[in-house]
Amino acid sequence: MSRTLYQFHGGVHPEEHKQISTQLPIAVAPVPAQLIVPTRQHIGHPSKPCVSVGEYVRKGQIIAHADSYISVATHAPSSGTVTQIGTHAMPHPSGLVDTVIVIQTDGKDEWCERQPIDYRNLNASALRNRLRDMGIAGLGGAVFPSFIKLNPGVPQKVQTLLLNGGECEPWISCDDMTMRERANGIMAGAEVMRFMLRAENVIIGIEDNKPEAIAAMQQAAAQCTFPVEIAVIPTLYPSGGAKQMIKVITGKEVPSGGRSTDVGVATFNVGTAYAIHRAIHHGEPLISRVVTLTGNIQQPRNFDVLIGTPMNELVQLGQGHPEKVTGHIMGGPMMGIELARIDVPVVKATNCVLVKSDSLFPPAPAAIPCIRCTRCADACPADLQPQELYWFARAKNFDKAQKYNLFDCIECGCCSYVCPSHIPLVQYYRYAKSEIAANLAEHKAADHARDRHETRLARIEREKRERAEKLAQKAAAKPATETAADDPAAAAKKAAIQAAIERAKANQAATQPPNEPT
Amino acid sequence: MTSSPYITQPTSVSIIMLKVMLALIPAIIAYVWYFGPAILVSLTLASITALVLETAALKLRSLPVKPYLMDGSALVTAWLLALSIPSIAPWWLIVVGLFFAIIVAKHLYGGLGNNLFNPAMVGYAILIISFPVPMTHWAAPSILAGHQLGLMESVQYIFNGTLSDTLDAISTATPLDTLRTQLHLNRSVGEITHMPIFGTFGGQGSEMIALFILLGGIYMWLARIITWHIPVAFIAGLATISGIFYIVDATHYASPWFHLATGGAMLGAFFIATDPVSGATTPKGKIIFGAGIGILTYLIRIMGAYPDGVAFAVLLMNIAVPLIDSYTQPAVYGHKDKQS
Ligand code: SF4
Ligand code: SF4
Repeated sequence: MSRTLYQFHGGVHPEEHKQISTQLPIAVAPVPAQLIVPTRQHIGHPSKPCVSVGEYVRKGQIIAHADSYISVATHAPSSGTVTQIGTHAMPHPSGLVDTVIVIQTDGKDEWCERQPIDYRNLNASALRNRLRDMGIAGLGGAVFPSFIKLNPGVPQKVQTLLLNGGECEPWISCDDMTMRERANGIMAGAEVMRFMLRAENVIIGIEDNKPEAIAAMQQAAAQCTFPVEIAVIPTLYPSGGAKQMIKVITGKEVPSGGRSTDVGVATFNVGTAYAIHRAIHHGEPLISRVVTLTGNIQQPRNFDVLIGTPMNELVQLGQGHPEKVTGHIMGGPMMGIELARIDVPVVKATNCVLVKSDSLFPPAPAAIPCIRCTRCADACPADLQPQELYWFARAKNFDKAQKYNLFDCIECGCCSYVCPSHIPLVQYYRYAKSEIAANLAEHKAADHARDRHETRLARIEREKRERAEKLAQKAAAKPATETAADDPAAAAKKAAIQAAIERAKANQAATQPPNEPT
Repeated sequence: MTSSPYITQPTSVSIIMLKVMLALIPAIIAYVWYFGPAILVSLTLASITALVLETAALKLRSLPVKPYLMDGSALVTAWLLALSIPSIAPWWLIVVGLFFAIIVAKHLYGGLGNNLFNPAMVGYAILIISFPVPMTHWAAPSILAGHQLGLMESVQYIFNGTLSDTLDAISTATPLDTLRTQLHLNRSVGEITHMPIFGTFGGQGSEMIALFILLGGIYMWLARIITWHIPVAFIAGLATISGIFYIVDATHYASPWFHLATGGAMLGAFFIATDPVSGATTPKGKIIFGAGIGILTYLIRIMGAYPDGVAFAVLLMNIAVPLIDSYTQPAVYGHKDKQS
C-alpha cells in the first residue's frame, strides 16, 4: 500500500553531499575534559541550577530544574565536579552568552541511578512531567519541550503522529544514520508517543534519497505491535520542514499562525522519538545526541556527542582539514547559523557542524539589482512573493511587507538560493521581521508609559479636586454658622470656590482621553 | 559574518541573458539566409552602441561598471531592438533608438530592475513615431529581390545611405503593411495573400524566422529561463481574437496563422513580453499580461495607424502591471482555506 502524496509549492534541489558522512557508522565521541552545559537549550525559560560549585555530579543527574511551564530540566552529561556556574558564549550567530554549568569530568563516566518508566501505568500528566524532568526537547531544530506537545488536548485533537525523517538539508545525515542504526529504538519511542497522544495512526516521513534508512525503518515497522506507515517522499528541499511534510503527506495546510495540531497532526523528529525511548525504557535523560561532522574535514562522520562538548573538540575528531577553514556552520548550508566562535558547546539543537572552505562554500558574488524574474517566487515553499517582500523591506515599508505575509516566511533560504542577482533575500526578511518586532515592543513600551503617565495625571487631578471640594465644604459650612447668609463677601468667596471646583473638573476632563470612560 | 543560506545556484543574470541571446541565434542565421547579412551589421552596431551607452550611464551614475555591464541586459535590449527594426535602416536610427531605450527608458528610471517599460519597445515606439519612413524600409526577401546586399554593401548602405538606385530592388513593405494597404484598395484577403511577398503562413522568409524564434522560445522554456505563461497566453490571445474575426469575415480579416507568423508576434511572445523587469510577475498575472498583449497587438494591427502592434501592446500592458500584480497575488501557505 502506498499513499497518495501531495506537493507543496516551490522547493529547490541543492547538491546533497550527504554520502560523505554516511560511510562510517555513528561513533561515540570521547568525553571531553570539560563539559559546558547551557541551562537553556530549548525554546522557553532556562532551567534553574540546583547544584553548586565544587559539587560532584554523576552522569544523568539533574543539575538544573525546569523553571516554568515552557522549560525542561538539564542533566550532567558525564560524571565530574561542577567548577563553574556562570555565563559562556552560545552557538548563536551573534555570539550571545547564556548561563552554563561547567563540569570538570573525571573520566569515569559514572551513571546515577537509572529508573525505567512504567509509562502505561502512570497518569498522563505525571508521565509528561517525567519527560520534562528527563530534559526531552525536540531534536529537529526548533527544540520545543516535547512534553508540551505530547498532550492530546481536550477534545482529542491529534489523529496522526508524524515522525519527521525528512532531513532535507544538504550535508546533514544524523537522522539518516539514526534511522539506519536505531530503527527499533525509534519505533519504541513512537509507541510511547502514540500512547500519550492517543493517536490513531503513526506515519514516518523519509525522503527517498535515504534508501538504507527506509529499509531499516520498514524492517522495524514490520516488527511493531502497532501499525506504522513509512511514507517515502520525494527529495526536495524543504520537505523536511514540518509544514511542508504535513502538506506532502496529508495534503493539508497548517493555517497561518496556527500549529500542526490544528490539522490533527503532531510532528516530532525521529531523533526525539529515540530520545524518548531511552528516557522511558532505560531511564536515561537527554544528555547526548547524534551530530554530523562534515564539510571541509578529513573524515566526515556522525558522532554521538555529549551535550556540552566544546565544538572545537568535536571538530578535532574529523582529523584535520584538507583546505583552509573559512568558518563553521551549526546546521546545514540553507538554514544553519555561522558560528562567531568555535569554543561554544554542542547543544540539543546541534544536528550538524559544517566546516567551511572557499571551494565548498565560495562567497556569493556581489548582489546586483532584482530583475523581477520571480525565480524566488517559483521556489518559495510558503507561496510568498519574495521579490515584493524584498522591495518592501528595502523601502522600510513594513506595513506592506506584513500585508504580503512576511511572517509566513519560514526562512528556508530557497529564494536566496535561486536568485540570479545573488540578493541575500533572507537577510532582508530577518531584518524586516526584527524591525517590526522592535517597533511593536517600542509601541508597547510607549503605551505602557502613556498609561502610567495618564494614571499619574488622573491621580494628581483627583487629589486636587478632593482638596478643592474639602475646602469648599469647609467654606460652605462657615456661612451657615455665621448666620449672615447674604453677606456679599461670603457670597463672592463661595462663588470663587465654586469656580475653582469647576476649573478643576474641566481640567480633569481635558486630561482624560475622550474615547475612554471617565 | 554572513547569514544563511551559504550556497547559491550557479545561475546569474549574465548567464540568463547569455542564454536569451543564444536562443536568438538560429533565428538570426535564418534572417541572414533569407534577407542577407545586413542584420549582422545592424546587430554589431547595436551591440557596440548599447555597451557604450550603458557604460556611459553607469559612469555618470557612479555605479561599478564591470558587474553591471556584465549582466548582459543592455546587449539583449540591443539585439531585440535591432531585430524589431529594418536591418537596412540607417545607422543613426539604431543609435537614437538605443539612446531612448537605455538612457531614457532604463537609466532615467533607476537602471536595471527599475524600468516600468520594456526598454527595447520604448526605443522602437520612439523611432516609429519620429521616423516612420526609414522604419518601413525593410529588406526584401532574397528570392524576390533578385539582388541581395552583401556584407560590405550592407555596411556602406547602412552608414552612407548610398546605393539608392538599387533601393527599390532591395527594400519592400512587410506582409503586414501590404495587407493593410491592399485591404484599403478593396481587395480580399484571399487575393492579397497570393501576392509573392506572402509565404505559406506569413511572409516569404519571415515566417521561417518566426519558426526559428519559436524554437528558440521553446529552448528558453526548457532551460527554465522563461515560464510558459506569457508566451502561451500571448499566442492564445492573438489567435483567439484573430480567429473570431477570421471566422466572421474571412475576406477582410487574415487568418490566425498569418497573424502569428508575421511581424513581431513570435519575437514579442517569447523574447519581448517575457522581459521580467517590466512584465507581470504572478502566474495568473502573467497570463493576463500575455493575453492582453496578444489581443492589443491584433487590435492595433487592424485598427491602429502603425504597421505592427506588438510594441504598443507591450507598452500599454506595462502600464497595467502593478495593478495586475496586486490583484493576482497567489494564496500564501496556510491562508488558502480562508480565501476559498
Ligand atoms: S530571484 Fe532575485 S532577481 Fe529574481 S525576482 Fe527574485 S529577487 Fe528578483
Ligand atoms: S526564505 Fe521565506 S520568502 Fe524565501 S523562499 Fe523561504 S519562505 Fe519563501
